[in-house]
Amino acid sequence: MSSVFINLGYLGASALFVAGLKGLAHPRSAPRGNLMGATGMLIAVAMTLLDRRIVSFQAIAVTLAVGAAIGATLAVKIRMTAMPQLVALLNGLGGGASVFVAGVGLLEFRDTAVPGLSHFTVAAVASGVIGAVTFWGSLVAFAKLQELITDGSIRFPGQQLVNLILAAAAGGLALWLVLTPEPHTAYWLVVAVSSMLGLLLVLPVGGADMPVVIALLNSCSGLAAAATGFVLDNNVLIIAGSLVGASGFILTQIMCRAMNRSLVDVMAGGTTAAPRDNRAEDIYKGRVKAGSPEEVALLFDAARRVVIVPGFGMAVSQAQHVVAQLAALLRSRGVEVEFAVHPVAGRMPGHMNVLLAEANVPYDLLKDLDESNSSFDRTDVALVIGANDVVNPAARTDPASPIAGMPILDVDKSATVVVVKRSLSPGFAGIPNPLFADGKTIMLFGDGREMVQAIMKALKEG
Amino acid sequence: MDTFIAGLTIFVLALFAGFEIITKVPPTLHTPLMSGANAISGITIVGALLAAGSERDAISSWLGLAAILFATVNVVGGFLVTHRMLSMFRRPSRKDS
Repeated sequence: MSSVFINLGYLGASALFVAGLKGLAHPRSAPRGNLMGATGMLIAVAMTLLDRRIVSFQAIAVTLAVGAAIGATLAVKIRMTAMPQLVALLNGLGGGASVFVAGVGLLEFRDTAVPGLSHFTVAAVASGVIGAVTFWGSLVAFAKLQELITDGSIRFPGQQLVNLILAAAAGGLALWLVLTPEPHTAYWLVVAVSSMLGLLLVLPVGGADMPVVIALLNSCSGLAAAATGFVLDNNVLIIAGSLVGASGFILTQIMCRAMNRSLVDVMAGGTTAAPRDNRAEDIYKGRVKAGSPEEVALLFDAARRVVIVPGFGMAVSQAQHVVAQLAALLRSRGVEVEFAVHPVAGRMPGHMNVLLAEANVPYDLLKDLDESNSSFDRTDVALVIGANDVVNPAARTDPASPIAGMPILDVDKSATVVVVKRSLSPGFAGIPNPLFADGKTIMLFGDGREMVQAIMKALKEG
Repeated sequence: MDTFIAGLTIFVLALFAGFEIITKVPPTLHTPLMSGANAISGITIVGALLAAGSERDAISSWLGLAAILFATVNVVGGFLVTHRMLSMFRRPSRKDS
């Protein structure tokens, strides 16, 4: 099969990737977009199998079948609440694959004796470094999200210094490898050092900072693929890789902006929120009103407009289905219901939206930060479920707060606020939330799902 | 060097195209965007197939096969789970239960 034909096939695949991603601009066209992307991939794989350089097919066929079976099982079995883990894992696998392919590419150059300083070696090293960081970083992120290791920050003294030394070591080894392409072992040394770096970079990142890390790793898995494209001199890898790199980068930026923090700040383990216990006591003492589901049901009975604010706590207590039922019940009674979703609610970008979509909430009811904030002053009841830092008015009012300047959902501007929460314990930022002590706030202490069920029961009986 | 410049040109243009397209994706679809883009980054499978199939030496074949396994899980898992998610996004309807 002529290489012109194969390359035309790759061009078609690239076009399908671009068109497919474009389809994701709207929920209606998105399924078709995804299908186009998958078709592009199928074409790319089929074209590659026609390549004359491939002489043995047996092992390939078996491996493809095994991989497809594992991938399909994961995709079908995974719970929607566990989506961040799955995406982290898949990111890592993409990075790992790039490390191996670039390694093989280097072996090939050694045999064909490419002159000293070549862009192939540079690309191979880049692919090795980015791929290894992505692979191990993603595995740590996966382990944290799956709660195999602690979700919180893991730090040790001098961690930043160790990271810098590792980065320098990776850089130095990489330079040596580029200048003297002979020692293939140097590549695996670079990979080993980068692996350590990947582990240490993600270990200090905890809980609510996960959306940033996952988006960043997403970007890296794309860049690793693009670098591999330079190694193989293959345009479809370069195009697909850079598209994904751009996508992950944009999401990383959106997430950082939504937390009013820089990427460096997040990766360094963030602000060590000093627990100021007595301040929490000062804020909450005597001001927190605990209510009952029946009281809240009465509020809903009288309300004309209700906004529901979901957070990671909703995912933890698997409350998305009852929350959706509550919204449907209220809507059937003529109440205007909307969902206000903060960009960093949950553990990955868009996490809450997927959970609510799973629970059959029509997507036009899901509003983003700006849309929601323009309507809280017209809202009778804001129902906060499992969210904390993203509704903390201290971000607006207290310049000394660790979250000062972070864009929040202004639920305190609605007439009444109902907060469903297990206790007054602080959120990820480790600071008290004045919203809980606000005069118009009613706290419903308990499990999210049980509380919402109780409210519904009271609504139906009342 | 020429191939490098050609590759770099494509890389930079594709980055621009990526930025243009992705900024239009609404926040509601950010999770499917990540998993879908993730599946596309499994394009490394092309390189993995070439590495595993060329039968140059044992190391290359094994590394290639490992890469195929990783990339296939990435591609199949990514596209399927994205499809599963996207099929849950319901059309808006004025009067529903």
